[in-house]
Amino acid sequence: MSKRRVVITGMGILSPVGNDLTTAWNNIVNGVSGIGPITHFDASAFSTRIAGEVRGFDPSRWIAPKDVKKMDAFIHYGVAASLEALKDSGLEITEANAERVGVSVGAGIGGITTIERTSQALADGGPRKISPFFVPSTIINMISGNVSIMTGVKGPNISVVTACTTAAHNIGVAARMIAYGDADVMIAGGAEYSTTGTAIGGFCSARALSTRNDEPAKASRPWDKDRDGFVLSDGAGVLILEEYEHAKARGARIYAELVGFGMSGDAYHMTSPSENGEGAARCIANALKDAGLNATDVDYINAHGTSTPAGDLAETQGMKAVLGAHAGKVLVSSTKSMTGHLLGAAGGVEAIFSVLALRDGVVPPTINLDEPGEGCDLDYVPHTARQVALDVVLSNSFGFGGTNGTLVFRRV
Amino acid sequence: MSSIEERVKKIVVEQLGVKEDEVTQNASFVDDLGADSLDTVELVMALEEEFECEIPDEEAEKITTVQQAVDYIKAHVKA
Repeated sequence: MSKRRVVITGMGILSPVGNDLTTAWNNIVNGVSGIGPITHFDASAFSTRIAGEVRGFDPSRWIAPKDVKKMDAFIHYGVAASLEALKDSGLEITEANAERVGVSVGAGIGGITTIERTSQALADGGPRKISPFFVPSTIINMISGNVSIMTGVKGPNISVVTACTTAAHNIGVAARMIAYGDADVMIAGGAEYSTTGTAIGGFCSARALSTRNDEPAKASRPWDKDRDGFVLSDGAGVLILEEYEHAKARGARIYAELVGFGMSGDAYHMTSPSENGEGAARCIANALKDAGLNATDVDYINAHGTSTPAGDLAETQGMKAVLGAHAGKVLVSSTKSMTGHLLGAAGGVEAIFSVLALRDGVVPPTINLDEPGEGCDLDYVPHTARQVALDVVLSNSFGFGGTNGTLVFRRV
Repeated sequence: MSSIEERVKKIVVEQLGVKEDEVTQNASFVDDLGADSLDTVELVMALEEEFECEIPDEEAEKITTVQQAVDYIKAHVKA
């Protein structure tokens, strides 16, 4: 039996560069940064006071007002992006198909804002001040849970949690479920809302964040010699994955095919990338093998590219190790230069940008890349988007713990 | 200063996301106003907050209607 093919038929996004596909993609293609001063809390005592927040979002557009307060904001984002993606796909959930449609949406950190607030309530007022909704409003699988409750989908319901690789892994694992036959459609991706005191403070202490507070739009500068850390961002990116024949039979619009998924572990360090990016290299190689493609087939890589000194260099080394002589011909860019780093949602919004790049034949730029740092010598598409016919596009995600994921998309 | 009835009603409207005219005296939180078991716990917490009191769990379980909430507050909280 031949492998069941998986295609993308819907997408939903919330991000610092826009809360719908058209707005976000226009900003990405035009090199518009979504980074600004932190407004969610008083960050004046923090060494980093900038972030990529979602603006102009009203959860009650998607969630009944009485239920809004039962969910942390990361769930609002995940639910909204999931419902938008479903709408975009045109798929109606019916009694006949409900059991064949599942959800796999995760988050890297989860309900940290509500955890913070509840810890304070406990300290101030004792255990009776803890809401009965504390647990279901903070645990990570509650995006998948709530999407299932709201839409009636009864297929697999899970959430993979792998730090900044979360969304990529959820998409990859969901695709495998379709290929294996567990489901015909999966709502897959990630969401995050972690621009809050403890998370910003924790990343500050780990010296992971850019401190370019005076120039927020220039803070995320992957591969640039003056890069000084990533910019923390919020949002959600969710895709509708669908079995090819199923999509064809209902006349769905097919954006692209997800032809490969690879994973690897670094076995190296909690937060630093493995030496010479060898974990990333094995991940990319595994994805290409799964896709049945050669390195020379790759046209564009939407890189992890967070703008950290060590990470950007290691990813470059890893890509070069896999691509060999072809590395010089591959276009590589980091849309995080504009969105910042959405942690558990990053792989979702970047999968969307990868798919839209394929659709439009446009490679998004890496903004703020004025002068590449040492060892960063690929074509990173600096400053300006490029029109190129694309056939195969990769999206990389790497996370704390040394957990890697690569998705391979192809034109249909 | 609003009456106890008005204050209770306001909390019920906020917590359960219902319309003011649905919150009649004898309305049951679960049967008439769509609350589930977690909603009723949070509703009692909101009443405790508003009236600066502590409602023991065994008493809280008996508060199932708007009127019962008002009666409890009147009996146990100094206005």
